[in-house]
Amino acid sequence: MVKSKRGFPTHLLVFLGPAVFIYTVFMIYPLLDSLWLSLSNKGSAGSQIFVGIQNYLTLFSQERWSAPFWNALRNNVVFFVIHMVVQNPIGLLLAALLARRMRGSAIYRTIIFTPTILSVVIVGFVWKLILLPSWGISRALFGLIGLSSLGDYPWLGTESTTLVTLSLISVWQNVGIPMMLFLAALIRIPDDLMEAARVDGASGWKIFWKIQFPLVLPTVGLIAVLTFVGNFNAFELIYVTQGALAGPNFASDILGTFFFRTFFGYQLQPADPFMGSTVAGVMLVIILIGVLVYLFGWQRRLQQIQF
Amino acid sequence: MREKVRPKFWPAIATHALLIAYAVVALFPVFLIILNSFKDRMTIFGAPFALPWGDTFTLDGYATLGSSAHFEWYFLNSLIVTTSSLLLILIVGSMAAFALAEYKFRFNLLTSLYLSIGIMVPIRLGTVGILRLMVNLHLVNSLWALILIYTAQGIPLAIFILTAFMRQVPRDLKDAARIDGASEYRIYLLILPLVRPAIGSVLAISMLPIWNDLWFPLILAPGEATKTLILGAQAFLGEFANDYNAVLSALTLAILPPVFLYVIFSRQLIRGITAGAVK
Repeated sequence: MVKSKRGFPTHLLVFLGPAVFIYTVFMIYPLLDSLWLSLSNKGSAGSQIFVGIQNYLTLFSQERWSAPFWNALRNNVVFFVIHMVVQNPIGLLLAALLARRMRGSAIYRTIIFTPTILSVVIVGFVWKLILLPSWGISRALFGLIGLSSLGDYPWLGTESTTLVTLSLISVWQNVGIPMMLFLAALIRIPDDLMEAARVDGASGWKIFWKIQFPLVLPTVGLIAVLTFVGNFNAFELIYVTQGALAGPNFASDILGTFFFRTFFGYQLQPADPFMGSTVAGVMLVIILIGVLVYLFGWQRRLQQIQF
Repeated sequence: MREKVRPKFWPAIATHALLIAYAVVALFPVFLIILNSFKDRMTIFGAPFALPWGDTFTLDGYATLGSSAHFEWYFLNSLIVTTSSLLLILIVGSMAAFALAEYKFRFNLLTSLYLSIGIMVPIRLGTVGILRLMVNLHLVNSLWALILIYTAQGIPLAIFILTAFMRQVPRDLKDAARIDGASEYRIYLLILPLVRPAIGSVLAISMLPIWNDLWFPLILAPGEATKTLILGAQAFLGEFANDYNAVLSALTLAILPPVFLYVIFSRQLIRGITAGAVK
């Protein structure tokens, strides 16, 4: 590194200025403004007054707000758990298969990653069509495993199944991301290590659990936190397939859709920037907790094991 | 050496079988939509898995599309927003990355930390503030609103990746240029071509979230003149929900360009994703 020349470091300002300016004005300032709004409300004369944590108390305890809020939070947790137990293990399995470097691996990788590049809007509509009982596609697909009657079931239109169905659609789309990250980690493992184990007579299964899996553990943490942030910030898939009301009867409502309805208003519900900011504030805290647990819990513990 | 690592015959067959099975799961829904977009209404429902052939082949859906929505405008809007944002991200991001990688100054670490907040905190959470700001700046329903937000969103990760790469450029090269009397700006321009792979990575990972976004177009620029392709498609699909030919054609048109680009650039994209993740 070069010590800056004496005098006013003009070039430093020129280089850093534009990025810091745009980032501060269009990202940090709105975030802070939003947090400030969450501590304010409309005064008697329509002016903005400071109300402290009143909005948060309202959100957590007043039936009109708390019922939909806890419902959305609970659904969001289910959404996240399904990603963790379905998407990430499948991603790891696919990566382990691809890491065997067989002929055609690059083609498989490209194909399996394709859904991930598509817009959620497209993915949502595609699956909505496929699951539509009147089209008969899902009947034919379930017929392949001898359960064609399940194909007539309105998976998206039933309260008890809609959230799981949407989670699985999201898993189908996003499985490429953990797959790629696991694959990158697996490829970094030196061939010699694997070869030595194989010479010693270790099976593929044993090599995976004793060598590969421990070495990709740091990636597991990274994928978990990326999944967490992505899921608690999700919106599009629900909005596109079920509308802003996240039907049927709010069974698929998650924090993203709840946030949207609150600050933007929808049908009979008027837009409320103060309560909207409050919902965003809670989402921010949830996401920060996830990130901090990753940084200070997972990564630090991993370092202790390694050294 | 690599030959030896290859698995034996039966495990290899099993691996291929599993990968093929999953590849089918990944592509089948997309394939089904494209296939049926070329068939008439009767055959879409009567024989959804059949190929379009003879009488059953039709372009009705595409005709509806052409006559009832301005997809060419939407496409142009998306193109303007995406390329402008990417260009801005690259220019201001690489300049900041150069300063952070090159100079030792009092607030270097602090600036890096400040910028890295944006990697983990989603910009969406500030939407109420963003909407207020855009209303005050009279930028609602303008493409500028989207361009500025996407630039702010993309800057943190771009700086993060570019700084890491710029630190690896050999010292000697820059010092030699300084001895020759090159200005700091000249040295920045000299370094830029040397981090081309990093620039490719930044482009690849920044592009998709911008092109595919629905949230900000819906909130900041829902007007007919500023609709992006994704928002336009969403509105069209909602409106024509019962016209299957039109819906399937719209989906096909929305699927093909990104898939086409992806097939060409998949190597860069994959490298970009892994570069962004590996610290």
